[in-house]
Amino acid sequence: MGAVLAIVSFGLPAWAALGGDIASVQADQLHMQGSLRTTTAASYTVHEIQGATGAVVREYVSSAGKVFAVAWQGPWPPDMRQLLGSYFEQYRQAAKAQSSVRIGRRPLMIQQPGLVVQIGGHPRSFSGRAYIPDQLPSSVSAEAIQ
Amino acid sequence: MRGALKFFLTVSTGLACAFSVGCGGSSSSSSSTSTTSPTQTIVTSGANVAPISVNGGPSGNYPDAGFASVTVCVPGTTTCQTIDGVLVDTGSSGLRILSSALTLSLPQQNASDGNPVVECLPFVSGYTWGPVQTADVEIASEKASSVPIQVLSDTDFAAPAACTDQGASSDTLENLGANGIIGVGLFAQDCGSYCEVVQTAAGDFNPYYECPSSTASCQAIGESLAQQVQNPVALFSTDNNGVIIELPAVSEEPAVSGSLVFGIGTQSNNALGTAAVYTADPTSGNFSTTYSGTAYPDESFIDSGSNAYFFPSTTITQCGSTSDAPGFYCPSTTQNLSATNQGANGASGTVNFSVANAETLFNTSDFAFGDLGGTFSGGFDWGLPFFFGRNVFVAIQGQSTPGGTAPYWAY
Repeated sequence: MGAVLAIVSFGLPAWAALGGDIASVQADQLHMQGSLRTTTAASYTVHEIQGATGAVVREYVSSAGKVFAVAWQGPWPPDMRQLLGSYFEQYRQAAKAQSSVRIGRRPLMIQQPGLVVQIGGHPRSFSGRAYIPDQLPSSVSAEAIQ
Repeated sequence: MRGALKFFLTVSTGLACAFSVGCGGSSSSSSSTSTTSPTQTIVTSGANVAPISVNGGPSGNYPDAGFASVTVCVPGTTTCQTIDGVLVDTGSSGLRILSSALTLSLPQQNASDGNPVVECLPFVSGYTWGPVQTADVEIASEKASSVPIQVLSDTDFAAPAACTDQGASSDTLENLGANGIIGVGLFAQDCGSYCEVVQTAAGDFNPYYECPSSTASCQAIGESLAQQVQNPVALFSTDNNGVIIELPAVSEEPAVSGSLVFGIGTQSNNALGTAAVYTADPTSGNFSTTYSGTAYPDESFIDSGSNAYFFPSTTITQCGSTSDAPGFYCPSTTQNLSATNQGANGASGTVNFSVANAETLFNTSDFAFGDLGGTFSGGFDWGLPFFFGRNVFVAIQGQSTPGGTAPYWAY
């Protein structure tokens, strides 16, 4: 990952929906009322939004301006509907289906051809990530999204 | 009381067998035959000792989960109900009981304007929703008076979208796999200072609501620390600084039994001894685990309520996503692994563990597995298998203990 390019703003609200474009980053920042820090790597940009309560959302934007991955951490889960955007219903259906496969309390692991969502943690600390596998830049491994 | 406890043990074994798949065979009704580490002593008697069974639970299909029996009473009365099959969870704090398992009518907690207080508590595997009510809570011979608890129900009040967006409801026996959860984790309340005020940034979740009626829309509220759902252990008059989970070593068994011991260093049977103290972050309840050369400082924790070792691996084969073990590991041969835990206090120690093929394990009639593992991308979740063969101390934040400043785990 490259150096911090710019501290864009503080105290603004915000996040970008998965699959959305760069404009949705600003919508998300407004939503979260957080500060935004942007870093760049070879083929993508990371927009990190820090909320007042300690929640952090990172949005990975491709050189074509599309949000191909999001990652988050905070005391409670983020607003998944906002964060996953048009992928939210797919996530929700998959999460419900998975919880009915086998009883038990465990991290969530949704691995579909068009969507990967992984969530773990416990009350007072949740973290997770979601990405669109076929939109990952070729140089980016899934492990880099965190 | 001792007689009653013994009676309960007998009955619970019988119930477990009645509901368990594969019961009736010659081996399934026997107790664990696993050997206990020579250095581990499991306390089975005492006023501060409650039995734990890892036996599939009341739904009869729950692998690697420990269940205890909890008595709740209408506050200040002898009108009580004993509820068995309650999941023992060191990863959360507070008592939650299925509405469908509760025959008592408990007093409702109301907000300052008189409207009922209702909670949505997210867990990774789904949320719990339902009213906050007050009960006297008894476990073993320990008692806590007027404890705010959560009664889980999808129908008493209409859950807001912010709650239902968290995934699936865990408010039925079918979904929860237990009659309730007793959270005996690192904290005295389930939420803490975060919930004392309504969080207004749009992305921030609010666990507490007031609901004017069963159908009206609920509004987020701030909830004082004392009104929040409480870890009942912190409200006991004695033995209130934490718990010990004591379970024997196990490879795979239909069921094993152990103990939930209350208090740390408060009685002759709960001394900290030579256990190493690993302090947790006082806000998040995490410490740091290093596995395969990578440190995971942000989301590593010890949690009896997680039903496997969950950790990231790019080398261990995952079970198929359409198999009956999605998210678990399915190596062709058992993997012998190690990881290093580090507390915020600098204490560091290596843990050896093994991961076997989950599909193979699930294809038995067993429910206690020492080698069950699964995937997790961002940290290390030391679930119930970690507890087999070692006594694990969980010290509650704000309480005085012989191990120093809580919150911490010791083992």
